[in-house]
Amino acid sequence: MARYIMVIDTRRCVGCMDCVVACKTENNIPEGYTRDWITETVCGEFPTVGLEIRTERCNQCANPPCVSCCPTGASHVHERGGVVLVNKDECIGCKACLAACPYDARFIHPDGYADKCTFCIHRVEKGLDPACVSVCPTHCMHFGDADDPLSEVSRLLTSRPQHTLLPEAGTKPRIYYLT
Amino acid sequence: MNSLSRRRFLKIATTTILAAGVAGRATRALAAAAAANGGPSGTRRVPTYCDICFWKCGAIASVRNGELWKIEGNPSDPLCRGRLCPRGTGGIGAHTDPDRLRAPLIRTNQRGEEKWEEVTWDEALEYIATRMKKIASDHGPESMALFAHGVGGTFLKHTLKAYGVNNIAAPSFAQCRGPRDVGFRLTFGDDVGSPERTDIENAGCLVLIGSHLGENMHNTQVQEFATAVGRGASLIVVDPRFSVAASKAKFFLPIKPGTDLALLLAWMHVLVAEKLYDADYVAKYGFGFEQFAASLTSYTPEWAFVETGIEPGVIRATAREMARYHPATLVHPGRHVNWYGDDAQRSRAVALLNALLGSWGRKGGFYQPSSMDIPAYPYPHYPKASRPTVDNPGRKFPFAHEAISTGIRDATLTGQPYPIKGWMVYATNLLNALPNQAETIRAIQQLDLLVVVDVIPSEIAGWADVVLPESIYLERFDELNPEYFKEPFLALRQPVVESPNDQKPNWWIARSLAQKLGLGAYYPWKDIEEYLEYRVTAAGLSYPELKQKGILHGPRQPLYFDEGAPAEFDTPSKKIEFYSLQLEKAGFDPVPRYTPPPPGPAGSFRLLFGRAPMHSFSRTQSNRLLSDLMSENVVWINHTAASRLGLKTDDYVRLRNQDGVVSNRIKVKATERIRPECVYLVHGFGHTSRGLRHAFGKGASDSQLITRYRTDPLMGGTGMNINFVTVEPEA
Amino acid sequence: MTEFTLYRHNPLLDPAVHVWGWEIPVYLFLGGLVAGLMIIAGVRLLIMRPTARQALVCCTVGPLIGLVLLSAGMFALFLDLSHKFYVWRLYLAFEPTSPMSWGAWILLFVYPALLANALTHLPEAIPALAKRVPVLVTISDYILARPRIVVGIGLANMAIGVALGIYTGVLLGAMGARPLWNSAVLGPLFLFSGLSTAAALLHGILVLTTPDDERPQFADFLLSMVARWSQARPLDTRIAPTLAQADNSFLTIELGLLGFLLIGHLTSTAVHQQAAGLLLTGPYAAVFWVFVVGLGILVPLVIQHLELLHRIRHTIAPSLLVLSGGLVLRFVLVAAGQASHWATALP
Repeated sequence: MARYIMVIDTRRCVGCMDCVVACKTENNIPEGYTRDWITETVCGEFPTVGLEIRTERCNQCANPPCVSCCPTGASHVHERGGVVLVNKDECIGCKACLAACPYDARFIHPDGYADKCTFCIHRVEKGLDPACVSVCPTHCMHFGDADDPLSEVSRLLTSRPQHTLLPEAGTKPRIYYLT
Repeated sequence: MNSLSRRRFLKIATTTILAAGVAGRATRALAAAAAANGGPSGTRRVPTYCDICFWKCGAIASVRNGELWKIEGNPSDPLCRGRLCPRGTGGIGAHTDPDRLRAPLIRTNQRGEEKWEEVTWDEALEYIATRMKKIASDHGPESMALFAHGVGGTFLKHTLKAYGVNNIAAPSFAQCRGPRDVGFRLTFGDDVGSPERTDIENAGCLVLIGSHLGENMHNTQVQEFATAVGRGASLIVVDPRFSVAASKAKFFLPIKPGTDLALLLAWMHVLVAEKLYDADYVAKYGFGFEQFAASLTSYTPEWAFVETGIEPGVIRATAREMARYHPATLVHPGRHVNWYGDDAQRSRAVALLNALLGSWGRKGGFYQPSSMDIPAYPYPHYPKASRPTVDNPGRKFPFAHEAISTGIRDATLTGQPYPIKGWMVYATNLLNALPNQAETIRAIQQLDLLVVVDVIPSEIAGWADVVLPESIYLERFDELNPEYFKEPFLALRQPVVESPNDQKPNWWIARSLAQKLGLGAYYPWKDIEEYLEYRVTAAGLSYPELKQKGILHGPRQPLYFDEGAPAEFDTPSKKIEFYSLQLEKAGFDPVPRYTPPPPGPAGSFRLLFGRAPMHSFSRTQSNRLLSDLMSENVVWINHTAASRLGLKTDDYVRLRNQDGVVSNRIKVKATERIRPECVYLVHGFGHTSRGLRHAFGKGASDSQLITRYRTDPLMGGTGMNINFVTVEPEA
Repeated sequence: MTEFTLYRHNPLLDPAVHVWGWEIPVYLFLGGLVAGLMIIAGVRLLIMRPTARQALVCCTVGPLIGLVLLSAGMFALFLDLSHKFYVWRLYLAFEPTSPMSWGAWILLFVYPALLANALTHLPEAIPALAKRVPVLVTISDYILARPRIVVGIGLANMAIGVALGIYTGVLLGAMGARPLWNSAVLGPLFLFSGLSTAAALLHGILVLTTPDDERPQFADFLLSMVARWSQARPLDTRIAPTLAQADNSFLTIELGLLGFLLIGHLTSTAVHQQAAGLLLTGPYAAVFWVFVVGLGILVPLVIQHLELLHRIRHTIAPSLLVLSGGLVLRFVLVAAGQASHWATALP
């Protein structure tokens, strides 16, 4: 069984937000909302400064609190790749999943249901990369199957130091940031 | 236009093209055909090329159920390599922008009051033609000027040239890349060009001086930059601000603003003193090296430390780092380089540093671009202008090789050497592009006619007598793009969707105006496709194939000297001029000489500005997709300096410049990422045009605060980083 | 020094999480209150002395009010839903890991249990109504004739009440993403807060339903507080000393649980310490200390203690204080909980 993950090379990322706008057009995200976003973390004092730019989105956690708190089963783990999805026809808009996500990765779509990154599963099922990955001009994003030891993502994970976001929150996030 | 004659046009035989185009790419052609004929789930995919900036990346737009859905990079485009930048991806927003110009407008009140009457195209063009004829009869056709930016201006240029207009300029020379091209021409006899001929991808060591790749989103360059970073190339970044590029650097040199030339001279001093330069290369191609070397003796790293604030040890270490990787060391020439008024000489120093490292014509340095030879359409000859252009009277700026936009403005203001009574402005927001808005507005008041052709109600459109709404690039055919690049290719812009209102493509506007002016003979073609097909076919290529693929490729040419690219230098000495006799003869320093920048008023910050990756100039802030990414700019203030003023991030302030001009309110970004004596903001915000409902009043405009500029004596460029501001908390 | 910049502007989330507004705290408060009413009603039903007015209020009036309040609470919850027309989806699934799913199903059982409790002694409690609707007497007689059903109703109300009360806390407590909420103490805390508010409500009702001439006026109350606090007063059996007594116990336990919640956080990770700080010294400290701990718990404790010592007369003052304290507790916890987060780099 596949286990989809993303590996993102923060050394290459310039924070241009192409991933954000590509997601918005691919998935018709309404104005004012976004499924992915950029963060910048600066440490140190000028001129000895460090900067990490990250493109962030739902971490497609292996232990997803948004799924376990959902009262209707609208939030679920997709059979393919372990991707966390929302069935909008089952969602009542209680927002428990928004509160349960330590990454604030979900939002309420103007139509009322909870919405989030799908890893572009509709593209992935056609053999394409997610829109954000396929558009990235710096090639900093990689998508693939962590259970396939020969995949690019598996190779990257074994070759470079990395971190995930808030692993201490216990959600087992599956987006890895190479440093 | 002698720049074109000096470029090496490729003479490509028809057979070569057929071989490359058909046999070599049969499989790709099939794939593209499948995609164009419907694709999955009823979507239609149309190849075209982008126009959100001037890079002109090949794009494929998808239309789903008749609605523009998304735009992706064309995989066969050498510029974008299948990946557009955020602006290109967000191009959909230009089509759906509710603030777009919809119909031709004629002014009803005072200029600048933005009061309009919607008219038909016929009325608008009649209005323009009548006034252009009056200007021509009263003052001569040269009293009309055209400002046009980008490829879309081609047809308007054609119409106005046919009318006898010779004053044609774009701010891209005197306000942007001009000094760089002059500096490199003086040294190597050739331009850096656009897209820049920089081989970033293969650079072992990349030096960026104030150039903020990554924030400055020139697609190919950023892609190559990321490749270089990913490869572990040594990166040296010189900037008063800890830019995104700086965060990837091995060496970050937090230079005092305005002192870059001192650093460049010190670097060259080290390379020469320690004999680290490429001696063979210099001996083979160089001219005047001895005099050049002698002039460097006093520019020690210790001397430069006082000026730049960069430790002598760091200057030496970075010079050695450059030498270590040479000739694959690329000292990037930058793009917007009108900073301090000595910019052509500073750019010449960059060229000289590259010459010392032997990077011009070498892999990882500067490659030799080539393009496909697409014959021009056989138009009748233009009438000969009876008077020279007004922008550079008496060759006051002897090394300007393009028209100086601010020179036309000066002539409009003074009426000297002869009056300029009409401006036509295409796709450039002159109020935000030229320094000193008050001067531009005074010049506009001297005009009998101001026509603005644009897609959005920009600030300059607000001052126009007639505003003509143009179709955006996804709705029109346009001029072909046979780009000078690493590999020759030809790109086509073709419509993907229809214009939503009464907007028209530039070629239609230009041709209709020509007809109104009685210049119909200059447009022998019936429609644009006839024009395009003629030129493509004349080049021995297939127009239907171009329409289907969007891009056609020519055979790759040698890129580097050692691959057989000709090591020719079109300078007076036919060599790389370390010592410039032509500068000396014109009364300038034959080798760059450093003058410290004058300091600003006490307690003020130097105003620096730059780019954000998701916006182009001041023309994308009303694009809802892109404004969603960044809807207003912030002013970067050093954290300590901000605390001293009692300011923290997200506080609103206003900036007041040395001449008392106060900006719109803007949020503070108190950060460790900038030196304490300067502030920085992203250009293009703080719109004052009421038509830009979404962008109006968001953020502050650097253009408004740039009331002073220092003119480059070599080429007339306007150095704009000489303005200072104080920060006033917003009550 | 760390600077963190987030380039995201999603509604409800940025710049600070505020997915839940007034509706959820109101729902949690009313849910807790109803839970308390159920438990008290259940207990009173089992140890019924039908003649005692306070018992009738607890067993009948309480559940009837509970039905109204619960409906109001569920309406608040419904208002909060952003995909309202899909609310029926709640009852097409039972998700054992979702407290909200548990809650949805528990609520289904609350209504019949409350109703049964109310019906048991309705004819004695509200004779006027029983006269008009004779079937109520029939039902009451039927139930009272079968002690096992009475015991069943009492136990069911107690059990469902406990479940409901704990659920309102666990709903928040199970949110690992919000460190302030993430404590098992929240379940019992909300249960006992619900009990204290329920006791206070019933106490208040008893005071209010005392005949006018016997009811202390506000001025009298003030006087009894200030001037006659030491003066012993006659025992007033009609006005629920047991309820006040119970309320004091609940308040004391609630105070203890609040302490445990904070001790738990203060001795946990940095983010939990930071979360506790929001209440102790942070932006929510003033409201927390003054309205929750001070006016919501300590002051009514003192007043009711004095009432029990017969130093002052029974008034509705402690009831109002406890009720508003319970409401503010929900508001402050929902708000501060959303402000607590794992990303310590956030400002």
